[in-house]
Amino acid sequence: MTKKTKLTDITNMFKEFDIESLEGVTIEGDIELNITGGGGLNPALAYALGQEISHISLHMANIGRILGYPVDQLFAQAFGMGIASTSPPVAQMADTKAKIQELLAAKFEVASVSNWIKPIQEVTLGATSSDGGSRKSTVTLGGENALPYYFDAAMPHRNYVTMDVFDMPISMAKAVKSNYDDVINDPAEWAKKVVRDFNADMVTIHLISTDPLIKDTSARDAARVVEDVLQAVDVPIVIGGSGNPQKDPEVLEKAAEAAAGERVLLASASLNLDYERIAKAAINNGHVVLSWTQLEINAQKELNRKLMKQCNVPRDSIIMDPTTAALGYGLDYAYSNMERIRLAGLMGDDELTFPMSSGTTNAWGAREAWMVSSPLPQDSDWGPREYRGPIWEIITGLALSLAGNDLFMMMHPTSVQVLKEITQTLYGSIESEGIDISNWIGMEV
Amino acid sequence: MKINSPLEAYKYLPGTNCGECGEQTCMAFASHLIDRSKKLTDCTPMLEEKFNKKFKELQTLLAPEIREVEIGVGDNAVKIGGDDVLYRHKLTFFNPTAFAYDVWDTMPENELVERVEKIRDFKKFYVGNFLTLDMIAIRSVSNEPRKFADTVKKVIATTDMPLILCSFNPEVLKAGLEVAKDKNPLLYAANKENWRQVADLALEYDVPVTLFSPDDLDNLKSLAVTFAKLGTEKLVLDPGTFPSGKDLKKTFTNFLKIRRAGIEGDKDIAYPLMAVPLTAWMVQDDDVSASYWETVIASIFTIKYGDIMIMHSIEPYALLPQLHIRDTIYTDPRKPVSVQPGMYKIGTPDKDSPVLVTTNFALTYYTVESDLASSKINCYLWAIDTDGIGVEAAVAGGQLTAAKIKKGIEESGFDLKRDTSHNTIILPGLAARLQGDVEDETGARVMIGPADSGRLPGWMEKNWPPKTK
Ligand code: B12
Ligand code: SF4
Repeated sequence: MTKKTKLTDITNMFKEFDIESLEGVTIEGDIELNITGGGGLNPALAYALGQEISHISLHMANIGRILGYPVDQLFAQAFGMGIASTSPPVAQMADTKAKIQELLAAKFEVASVSNWIKPIQEVTLGATSSDGGSRKSTVTLGGENALPYYFDAAMPHRNYVTMDVFDMPISMAKAVKSNYDDVINDPAEWAKKVVRDFNADMVTIHLISTDPLIKDTSARDAARVVEDVLQAVDVPIVIGGSGNPQKDPEVLEKAAEAAAGERVLLASASLNLDYERIAKAAINNGHVVLSWTQLEINAQKELNRKLMKQCNVPRDSIIMDPTTAALGYGLDYAYSNMERIRLAGLMGDDELTFPMSSGTTNAWGAREAWMVSSPLPQDSDWGPREYRGPIWEIITGLALSLAGNDLFMMMHPTSVQVLKEITQTLYGSIESEGIDISNWIGMEV
Repeated sequence: MKINSPLEAYKYLPGTNCGECGEQTCMAFASHLIDRSKKLTDCTPMLEEKFNKKFKELQTLLAPEIREVEIGVGDNAVKIGGDDVLYRHKLTFFNPTAFAYDVWDTMPENELVERVEKIRDFKKFYVGNFLTLDMIAIRSVSNEPRKFADTVKKVIATTDMPLILCSFNPEVLKAGLEVAKDKNPLLYAANKENWRQVADLALEYDVPVTLFSPDDLDNLKSLAVTFAKLGTEKLVLDPGTFPSGKDLKKTFTNFLKIRRAGIEGDKDIAYPLMAVPLTAWMVQDDDVSASYWETVIASIFTIKYGDIMIMHSIEPYALLPQLHIRDTIYTDPRKPVSVQPGMYKIGTPDKDSPVLVTTNFALTYYTVESDLASSKINCYLWAIDTDGIGVEAAVAGGQLTAAKIKKGIEESGFDLKRDTSHNTIILPGLAARLQGDVEDETGARVMIGPADSGRLPGWMEKNWPPKTK
């Protein structure tokens, strides 16, 4: 990564250019300098070289540029180090002060990351009629060659949002529920509403009534709900079980059959249930598997490996959910877990090069999102919860978008709208309003 | 930091293993220097004359890649910058982003004071501490030196928080500095036009200064190099915060580029970065949308390398997520935040008071403790040593077990039969599956509390005192 140039090489360079000012300058030994990046220059060395370098640096910079070496950066660096570490150059500064009348010229340069060598796998959800499905649109995730929105490489696909729909009324924060009062008993209408009114890219149907501890509805009933939802909307869908590890395999199997050919996302395979059955249901019906682990990078590798090697799930049919913890309730773990997974993928760990999905809705579990007011008298007033909830979901999602998350499972329409706007802004598809900020200090608000 | 192994640091230490630093050996101390959990000055022998040279050398080697800049004085002073890595999991991020909120010199006095008080007093309890705001940014809207100075004076009379003096007019800045010269305020800002005068002010008053170069990194670097040459490295860089669309993306890119260059060794640009999410108010017109957008921008730059920022909204729904995302990013990922395991008395418990069990994960402990304390429930609360893991994960991971609970209670010298009238333990709802084991292990009766400790007050009303068997 680091190009190394020896000082003797540079002296030779100068020789060819026949630079007068170098005459009489002898640099002993064969000293190595880091030209780009890395830890920079050994300060003791910089000090030793300080005088020579300051004399010849101007010439060096020019010639370096001609030869395509970023030497100006190097010497700027060396000079900076001198100032930081030793006294002589500092003493000189007072003298120079009066003399500076023009800004010193400088060129900003930074290298691209060189060890992001593997693209993230592209995964398409939904199938149109030409692919044996009935969706009007599809969603493709992944394909990144860099961290999200980074300048190192263009991001091929934007982030997408899939909105939650439940197969029975559930308890929700008030601010969320008020948006769904009219459709709470009808998953198909609910699905229509989130696509039509709230701009959802996809719909997640959660089959929670199948949980033996809730209603224990049959897998067949659940499959019917899936059919209704597929009828109601023409976007790709996610099918979620109830989270009951005994029942989910059966439910997801039936649901996968009902949705055969539609390339849905089956949520989820995890290490604590019969993931093999889920994988098979996906493969047999042309779906994608959500590989869900709980905040643990090694568990994520293990499950992905099992899905690929043991169950033969193709690489283009895996998405990961490494678990989302809400802002203030473990987001620090969730954020770094995702960031580490994405970096490992980009650096070539092919057990982790898959797009990621986040259950951003978890943010509504945070007290700050739903409680009327703080339970603590010492706290400052928390203000109206109607405004606290959506922003809690937005910031939880936004943080994870920066960690590499591709697909967001969300609930509140305002959260969806703002998260889409900010992720698409960073993605680069939103024109700016050409605001002149050069005199922001004087603005009146 | 120029070195990354304890061995490299060890070479410079006295090597006497005297223990003055609180470590058994110099080698142990060296490893703490590398993970930055100890400061070189903790090795008092190194402060002796004869080690002077080594001290200086090592100090240089240990200096963080991004310079640290201090603003303000006394207890409220904030330090910004000082980072060594691009990803928090590689070490940790140091010096949480400093949050400044604005006031302006055309505000009526009563509004000004009220606003400053609100900023000063805002607090939210979280894992044992209060999350608070840091600074006041005073904007010159009038462009009149006198007015600005008056405003600065009033702010100083109301709070000790560090200040940012904002104007592009050197006259105005000077007037503010005259009033605030003992407060080590941050100057905002030098730009292409005014840099000579602003540099003079920064040097004359010896205060930190912001360099403002909207979307022009060559010029930003020029300014930084020039100021360093002039004699100050107390610099903060503002590459401009454009509030919308592709301009905002460019801003994001600029932050990434500057920080990457700095961490990778370009000393000329290795200074703390300032973002100004306040510019959100230039594109959004209603207060809620603007506060939301401002919070969104603030969060982006809290996560990606902003070291200090200026905001406008002081609505709690903006401040709470801002404070929490900062805490999220700046929590040290190397260790779970935990409390000392053991018995804690809430209020004034007696023989009839309930005995509750929780874990020593700080987030869990303080949540439970504050729920109990705020509803004035007198009780005994055990923070069981779960290696700082919360209830549900500790049950799943085997750190919260019946044996651990028994041990925890016994080690604090507490005897349920002797010290309570009820011989009963209340477990968290999420630890219900330990009920049988805990009964067997302790011989006490075990009750299962609610899943969320916020529901404890209601639960207590119904279930406490327990009906005699
Ligand atoms: C953050 C987190 C982690 C962090 C833990 C950080 C830490 N220091 O604790 C890390 C990444 C390390 C982690 C690891 C694991 N985790 Co985890 N983790 C979470 C997560 C996202 C949040 C947990 C949390 O912090 N909650 C907030 C705290 C404050 O809650 P709490 O401690 O439970 O306290 C509350 C209540 O219990 C109650 N309470 C507490 N004390 C008391 C006392 C009384 C008397 C009463 C009445 C009430 C009460 O009130 C409190 C406030 O509401 C949850 C999922 C989720 N969203 O909830 C999963 C979760 C807890 N983890 C889970 C699992 C399985 C694990 C692992 C085993 C995963 C793995 N494969 O390795 C490991 C185990 C690690 C270990 N034990 O060593 C599962 C547990 C499933 C289960 N029920 O068995 C969960 C639920 C995720 C899931 N849905 O599967 N995890
Ligand atoms: S105080 Fe210094 S000399 Fe003494 S043990 Fe610590 S590091 Fe070694």
